[in-house]
Amino acid sequence: MTDHVPEKDAHSGVDTTGHEWDGIRELDNPLPRWWLWVFYACIAFSIGYWVLMPAWPGLNNYSHGLLGQSDRAQVDQAIKDLAAVRGAGAAKLKTATLAQIASDPQLQASALQVGGSIFGDNCATCHGAGGGGGKGYPNLRDDVWLWGGTLEDIQQTLTYGIRSGDDQARISQMPAFGKDGLLQAPQIADLTEYVVSKSGRQASPAAVARATPVFAEQCASCHGVEGKGAQALGAPDLTDGDWLYGSDRASINGQIQNGRGGVMPAWGQRFSPETIKAIAVYIHANSGQ
Amino acid sequence: MNLWKHHGKLERHSLLLVIGIVIVVSIGGLVEIAPLFWIKNTIEKVDGIRPYTPLELAGRDIYIREGCYTCHSQMIRPLRDEVERYGHYSLAAESMYDHPFQWGSKRTGPDLARVGGKYSDAWHRDHLINPRSVVPESVMPPYAFLATKDLRTQDLQARVQAMTAVGVPYTQDQIDHTMTDLQAQADPFSSDGPALRERYGAKVVSRDFDGDPERLTELDALVAYLQMLGTMVDFSTYQADAPANQR
Repeated sequence: MTDHVPEKDAHSGVDTTGHEWDGIRELDNPLPRWWLWVFYACIAFSIGYWVLMPAWPGLNNYSHGLLGQSDRAQVDQAIKDLAAVRGAGAAKLKTATLAQIASDPQLQASALQVGGSIFGDNCATCHGAGGGGGKGYPNLRDDVWLWGGTLEDIQQTLTYGIRSGDDQARISQMPAFGKDGLLQAPQIADLTEYVVSKSGRQASPAAVARATPVFAEQCASCHGVEGKGAQALGAPDLTDGDWLYGSDRASINGQIQNGRGGVMPAWGQRFSPETIKAIAVYIHANSGQ
Repeated sequence: MNLWKHHGKLERHSLLLVIGIVIVVSIGGLVEIAPLFWIKNTIEKVDGIRPYTPLELAGRDIYIREGCYTCHSQMIRPLRDEVERYGHYSLAAESMYDHPFQWGSKRTGPDLARVGGKYSDAWHRDHLINPRSVVPESVMPPYAFLATKDLRTQDLQARVQAMTAVGVPYTQDQIDHTMTDLQAQADPFSSDGPALRERYGAKVVSRDFDGDPERLTELDALVAYLQMLGTMVDFSTYQADAPANQR
């Protein structure tokens, strides 16, 4: 690179920069005028922006800007606006009882809409997109309920959960008869046959006979003498052919052995009472009842 | 102009040019980043934020090791749709003990900033072992090996100690009891549970997170970490619309 000696390019009549690289010289055309003006406008805009919007840091604080712009205030407002849009319907959901919602077609329609969208975002993750459930996650579409299927029961379960750690959560514990040594392996095998027979399937009569007193002593207090269960205790009906952890002998045996119990989170902290009502109505309406 | 002549010097001496570039670039950093460290209201005053328990910290390390942040963010932005879906927007205070923070910038999966308590431990186990067993449309890879891999704990105390070097206020008592606190959180029947809660707060729960009481696995740690996410702040005492908290 040679030193800076500007000269006019004979061919175009434009000044050169005066630099030369291996015989190549560079024209010194001015920047396009439109570009320059946009550039100046940007500078002017940024000065206005510094004044109006939060921009400059200081020692203890920052410049808040004359407009008082705040993302958080904006989202708070947006949520309030949303609440206003939902206004009338939400207010009615708030004051109406569950029975009123279920009997008023208009209220029920709005509850179903709210409940459905909340269900899809939060409940479907475990209970399945249609509420069909899976192993360990109860099916919400049938009319079989562990803890009761009335609107109030569902509302209670949603708000406080099951074994969720909440003070008012529904709690019960199926003992781990095998793991904790409450029953011997042959007794559990007999009980498995007994449970199989209760759901109307073929089972070894000898085993059933042996298990009958054991069932009466160990299981009937929760599952009932007939094995029909008890919703107050979340004890499933063993006669209905509906199984949370599988219907085959290995699954039943495993359940007596290990006594699993699922956890349903408490949603009372996450959702407003009217939202929970809406989900309860949605679940109730989509169940087999 | 004289100034342009000096510029010729910069252009001809590469070292001088590098020094000049560093000076210019650092001005941007000094103006935009440095003040966040001394401006007091960068981090909101909230109740409930505490350093992670040893088990949660170990879970966080696994979260980072497995690259969960490449698909999951931990940052609920102050936008209506996000607040509607995930809950209260994330506060700066909620990641003040995160080194490095896990805000993330890509959501192939959902945001996890408030996933704590949303699902049961059993769900997290099923989901980590085989995501499609509970969410059929999921594209998340399975992490079944976490359930069979013992948690590496030899250096955990050093990891807790290391956090103090970057400003996390672990007390000497907390550092000394790293191992007992670790065991106490993974075992609901541990007699050290009350001491753990005394050191880290009443909200800390002891559970057998991976459903296998015999072993302390990586799944224990990761589920414990996930179940804590977003649950620390006491929003009943936090005033979101106070002027100091608006920005």
